[in-house]
Amino acid sequence: MQNMQNMQKIDFLPRRTFLAHLVSSSAFLIGARAAGLDFTGATTGELVSDADKAAWNPNVYLGIEPDGRVILIMHRSEMGTGSRSVLPMVLAEELDADWKQVTLEQAIGDQKYGSQNTDGSCSIRDFYDTFREAGATARLMLERAAAAKWGVSAAECRVANHFVVHAPTKRKLGFGELATLARQQPVPRKEELRFKSRADYRYVGKHLPTADRDSLVNGTGIFGIDATMPGMVHASIERSPVFGGKLKSYDDKEAKTVRGVLQTVTIPDLAGPTMFQPLGGVAVIANSTWAAAKGREKLKVEWTESPNAGYDSSKFRQTLLETVRQPQKVVRNVGDVDAAFAKATNIHEAEYYAPHLSHAPMEPVAAVAEYKDGRVVCHANTQNPQAVQDTVAQALGIDKKNVECHVTLLGGGFGRKSKPDYVAEAALLSKAVGKPVKVTWSREDDIRFDYYHTVAAMYMKAAIGERGKPTAWLQRVAYPSIGTTFNPAATHAEAFEMMMGWNDVPFDIPNHRAENGPAKNHVRIGWLRSVANIYQAFAVHSFLDELAHLAKRDSLEYLLDLLGAPRIVKLDNNYINHGKSQDQYPLDIGRMRNVVEMAAEKSGWAKKRPGAGRALGIAAHRSFLTYVAAAVEVEVDQSGRVSIPNIEIAVDAGTIINPDRVRSQFEGAGVFGASIALMSGITAKNGMIEQSNFHDYRVARINEAPRQVNVHILNSSAPPAGVGEPGVPPVIPAICNAIAAATGRRIRELPVGRQLA
Amino acid sequence: MIQLTVNGQKRQFDGDPEMPLLWYLREELQYTGTKYGCGQGLCGACTVHVNGKAVRSCQTLMSSAAGQSITTIEGLSATASHPVQQAWRNHDVPQCGYCQSGQIMQAAALLREKPRPTDAEIDAAMKGNICRCGTYQRIRAAIRDASGQTVKGAR
Ligand code: FES
Ligand code: FES
Repeated sequence: MQNMQNMQKIDFLPRRTFLAHLVSSSAFLIGARAAGLDFTGATTGELVSDADKAAWNPNVYLGIEPDGRVILIMHRSEMGTGSRSVLPMVLAEELDADWKQVTLEQAIGDQKYGSQNTDGSCSIRDFYDTFREAGATARLMLERAAAAKWGVSAAECRVANHFVVHAPTKRKLGFGELATLARQQPVPRKEELRFKSRADYRYVGKHLPTADRDSLVNGTGIFGIDATMPGMVHASIERSPVFGGKLKSYDDKEAKTVRGVLQTVTIPDLAGPTMFQPLGGVAVIANSTWAAAKGREKLKVEWTESPNAGYDSSKFRQTLLETVRQPQKVVRNVGDVDAAFAKATNIHEAEYYAPHLSHAPMEPVAAVAEYKDGRVVCHANTQNPQAVQDTVAQALGIDKKNVECHVTLLGGGFGRKSKPDYVAEAALLSKAVGKPVKVTWSREDDIRFDYYHTVAAMYMKAAIGERGKPTAWLQRVAYPSIGTTFNPAATHAEAFEMMMGWNDVPFDIPNHRAENGPAKNHVRIGWLRSVANIYQAFAVHSFLDELAHLAKRDSLEYLLDLLGAPRIVKLDNNYINHGKSQDQYPLDIGRMRNVVEMAAEKSGWAKKRPGAGRALGIAAHRSFLTYVAAAVEVEVDQSGRVSIPNIEIAVDAGTIINPDRVRSQFEGAGVFGASIALMSGITAKNGMIEQSNFHDYRVARINEAPRQVNVHILNSSAPPAGVGEPGVPPVIPAICNAIAAATGRRIRELPVGRQLA
Repeated sequence: MIQLTVNGQKRQFDGDPEMPLLWYLREELQYTGTKYGCGQGLCGACTVHVNGKAVRSCQTLMSSAAGQSITTIEGLSATASHPVQQAWRNHDVPQCGYCQSGQIMQAAALLREKPRPTDAEIDAAMKGNICRCGTYQRIRAAIRDASGQTVKGAR
């Protein structure tokens, strides 16, 4: 039995008009309109306040209560990157608020915020300006309110730590005292705003603990798996073991005999493009997670044969390799590769392969939803509450305005939790049983029914010239695209996948061609932390290092030679560059060289010589507009077991808000990258995923992870770039390059596993 | 009827004796600080103390919890001031934080048995606790800190 009293206590408030619950009616509110951002770019923002309600379409809420509290309504999800804690630092800085008087409230899903999709390492780079402007606007309005009250010139009034001070008379008024007056001020134009100088920053660039730190150390933080609604029941869902299988028949007699099981409900088969739709299946509804899972074990279900029933990943590996051995669609062309190959006397070729991966966030996906009178209220560990609104609305045939999505803490996301199939499952089941339903995926569900990181094959070819430097470089890749999730007929990679380390390889080589071949999907394909950069950077930076070894040159010196002189590499105009212009975020070889040199220096590259299965490897990669180099030290023992005593990572991510959270993201990227390089892999046979839990889908443990990852942040005043993902791509080839240096064995297939045994 | 003590309070349970302690703690007592991560004893997210020893609650049936004294993260310290929790805050260990209740309970049990563990002992004790965000080096540093040993490595 549920303890209802306790449940009520940790329940979320129903918030139809959520602001009313977060901010009192007498608060001074300000909103900033920001772009509906995606890969295609930004629109300009506009600020609104109480004074011009007609135009009010706020994106970010900042409320100042009469008691002086500053309330920030955060529209980004917190999954461990600190984004929901770090952006407020930017606002508090420009407002010059007292950090102790700032509280955060999590926004529900609503398109008025612009994109809430906490994905693509974009929280800071896409909202930094918006938050600065919101803070500076509110500060100016508070100053003008105080000036009006005192009858003095606003120029004599300045905000200092939660007060407006009139310097000539030393009078001061607190934010709270000014809240009511400030709301009557017209909103200043953008040109009127003053921004603090960096030298005066008190928060930005400093180490502040995140808003959630304490609740994560005392066990009170509420994740999706912890969310409850009064009277809720639990569901465990049996799905077709092969993607595309449909429900043929089922027998739930035995399942219903399990104590606590209430009923079974079918979820319709997936039809049309995969999107974020539920996979379909048979749900066992029970009064506890445990009873639902036990009941599910007793279900007898038959599925139709899926067209994917023949999917065998080892055979598919061959298919992909054969594809990349043939000429394919050109996605970037510089010079004349064919002419250079025709002339060349020394050609080097190599094939690379990387398997499917599963996100395996520590917390599986989970949601509780209640359908009532044509509306859905739900609580979910989602990276994208607006996608929840869309998906649930579509599944239930209601308007998305009638879907209220509350965002809990996320126990990791890595891209999995921006795909809200599980929330639609909960909503559909609630409608069927007439009660709030909680859906909690088991780890087995998580591993066997993921939106998998795709499987990829790469073919690389170089014509070797003077001192072993390529005169021509050809690279070809094939993989089932993320596009297949949205358009089943998609054959080639999407432009945003090519953007991730394929049609932007910045080497100083006169003849260069990048190609992309077709591939079909047999499972759901999705994006996973750093996405296509993973396999593309693996092949490019491993092959580069192969060429260095062939030329018998030092890997670092060769890498710098291939990068060439500091310069801006102009990419094609159709290069997406994460929706940012190449003027604002150019591909800057100078910055790339700086991170390479920093990582190398910190690793002691110049002094260390490989020996006894121990060596350094290096790789550098720009992704999410951030420059990262990793110098990795590996040890390979007699039995072929790889350990990583040390990684030095150098990062230029432009302007940094909270250096400690930047460091923690790159420390984590070292571990995430080591898992991918050394042990993780998803395989399929007869259409079924062969892994199911952490015993066979392996991720690094404390004794297998890099022992120490030291993160070196380059000082930069460039616009902010990504942090959550760009650490992963260079770590993987750097590990493999170190293994090659230590053992002479080149890793051309991930994961390393027992290849060195 | 199964009787047990949870965070110092006597409790009675008359449900399925085969239900893992994890679900009893989370769904009947609302001690949701104890997390589900694998249900198979593979990840450590569900770690609690049974009579002071670190135990996977997903592998502990209610029948075997009878008569035992259970401590969850909520009961580790009334004010969240256990030395391990303090060290966790000092080192800003959590990223997403989901694994951290289990990590903290495992570390607290380790320090009770070995007040000054070596790095090898830390690894041996902590290797059952997965952190997908990769906070391991801070976990190690925080454990050394909590045990009064110097902390190696740059931060
Ligand atoms: S949930 Fe118990 S060890 Fe993973
Ligand atoms: S902090 Fe996220 S799993 Fe450990």
